[in-house]
Amino acid sequence: MIKARGLARRFSARGRTVEAVKGVDIDVAEGELVGFLGPNGAGKTTTLRMLTTLLRPTAGEATVGGCDLLADPLGVRQRIGYVAQGGGTAPECKVGEEMELQGRLYGLSKAEAHRRGAELAEQLDLAGLGQRLTKTLSGGQRRRLDIALGLIHDPKLVFFDEPTTGLDPQSRANLWEHIRRLRAEHGVTLFLTTHYLDEADALCDRILVIDSGRIVAEGSPDALKARVSGDGVEIGLEPDSVTAAAEVVTALDGAHDVSVVDGTVRFRVPRGDTAMPELLRALDAKDIPMLSMQVHRPTLDDVFLTLTGRTLRDAEEGGEVATDAA
Amino acid sequence: MPRDVWLIFRRDLVLSLRNPAWIFIQIMQPLLYLVLFGPLMEKMVANTPGFPPGDVWQIFTPALIVMIALFGSSFVGFGLLADYRNGVIERLRVTPVSRVALLLGKVLLNALQALVQAILLITLAVLAFDLRAPVGGVVLGLVIVALLSVTMASASYALALTLKSEEAFPALLNAVLLPVLLLSGILLPITTGLAPSWLYTISRINPFTHVVEAERASFRGEFTMDALFTGSVVLLALAALAVFWGTRTFRRENA
Ligand SMILES: Nc1ncnc2c1ncn2[C@@H]1O[C@H](COP(=O)(O)OP(=O)(O)OP(=O)(O)O)[C@@H](O)[C@H]1O
Ligand SMILES: [Mg+2]
Repeated sequence: MIKARGLARRFSARGRTVEAVKGVDIDVAEGELVGFLGPNGAGKTTTLRMLTTLLRPTAGEATVGGCDLLADPLGVRQRIGYVAQGGGTAPECKVGEEMELQGRLYGLSKAEAHRRGAELAEQLDLAGLGQRLTKTLSGGQRRRLDIALGLIHDPKLVFFDEPTTGLDPQSRANLWEHIRRLRAEHGVTLFLTTHYLDEADALCDRILVIDSGRIVAEGSPDALKARVSGDGVEIGLEPDSVTAAAEVVTALDGAHDVSVVDGTVRFRVPRGDTAMPELLRALDAKDIPMLSMQVHRPTLDDVFLTLTGRTLRDAEEGGEVATDAA
Repeated sequence: MPRDVWLIFRRDLVLSLRNPAWIFIQIMQPLLYLVLFGPLMEKMVANTPGFPPGDVWQIFTPALIVMIALFGSSFVGFGLLADYRNGVIERLRVTPVSRVALLLGKVLLNALQALVQAILLITLAVLAFDLRAPVGGVVLGLVIVALLSVTMASASYALALTLKSEEAFPALLNAVLLPVLLLSGILLPITTGLAPSWLYTISRINPFTHVVEAERASFRGEFTMDALFTGSVVLLALAALAVFWGTRTFRRENA
């Protein structure tokens, strides 16, 4: 459904050039649910806007829904649904009016637009809000309205840009359910961006990890997690015994990636559960008291760390990646 | 295409009817000129040589309805900037709707708004100040106003989407509109009898001068080639340019 080669986009504003997307290849098969994972400013929205004909790529080519992006943008538009990160409803418009307009712009008749609108309102918990001005909706309701608008014409290929941002856990779970159903019952192909690791993990067949405009990894959540060798272990200690504990840990069979932060020692071992008793005995033998201990299975956060040397959270705090024009 | 134009037109119509204050807010300035400035001119026009033919209301009313289109339709880009910030523009641009329809639907509503205001103003001038103008001339005058409104609104949308700045947009408009207003002889006609020759020359270069003159001619019922030709050609050319600019801006991939 999507095939992109070398897609790139550069922004220039006031003498500064930002290489937002630096040549990405994307392949999405029919019926797939693919996640696009990356920190703020990684280039997710920019890539989506290129794939949805909103932004002209500075390089590269793509076919979306069987139509060439550059040669037949109208064909692409007719085949896709898109929900932007920031939504797109006019504050002074009524919910029902927005649904009707959206449906009719996609060529539905008035009656069809109303029928689809009512159906989606039911499924997305928006029933009874038809006469409300969109500015009076809660953030979550407005987000669900954005999603309904993107689905009004029953597209076979849908792009969601951070669909669950701003939703409470209940609505989020609900939307996940809805997304899974779209695929299961209607065979819809979905491409969604997120910076929630749990979301990508729970929802997607396949994940593309993007960082600073480049795809740095690709695979199923499990395959990606398998690239991180072993479980992560974190032990908390008295500050003066940290160094001694780190030595014990380093001597432990199979332990690697040992790091010391404040009062904690972190490392990875192939099997966290079996390594623990051994570690406890070794620490005991040296009389090093342990305050806390955590073992966790590899997460996508670890994947990101392994791939980029930064945690997803660090990457977000680092902010935008920009280069000054020479 | 016509269906898309209608859909966009109707959406904007519904929104503007939801807040009908615009009819009065936008018409306030020309209305004040008519009521507070017009009577002042009555004796002046009668006693000073150099004014165009006709009485003060035949000179002043058509100029003020040009002013409605000129000012009322120039600031519509503001609304578009709001839509842009809200993501509405992107939402519409990702649908198959034709880009020309996105512009035309909006622009046609702006023309309708200008017409409503112009009719209000003319009615007031007829009732309160005894304006006398042939029906045919008034109708032609309204056509001119509608076309001018289409021109100004298209240019306004194009400019707003190009600048994408709520500060720069009105600043630039004000900088352009004030000289245009003064130089087109809307308040005081710029004729050879009244103006020094350098001012007269500059005013001839201002395309809106010719539009104002055509409007005055049609209110006098003077449907001759001589009186209407330049104004009509100038207006049609301006309208074509503005609509072209507007659609190009809507079409451009990164609007
Ligand atoms: N119109 C634009 N003009 C200039 N720079 C832009 C523009 N749009 C995006 N950028 C820059 O391109 C980079 C990528 O932005 P993009 O919005 O694609 O990130 P993202 O992955 O969607 O981030 P987020 O998770 O915050 O939504 C950023 O550095 C951003 O500042
Ligand atoms: Mg984004």
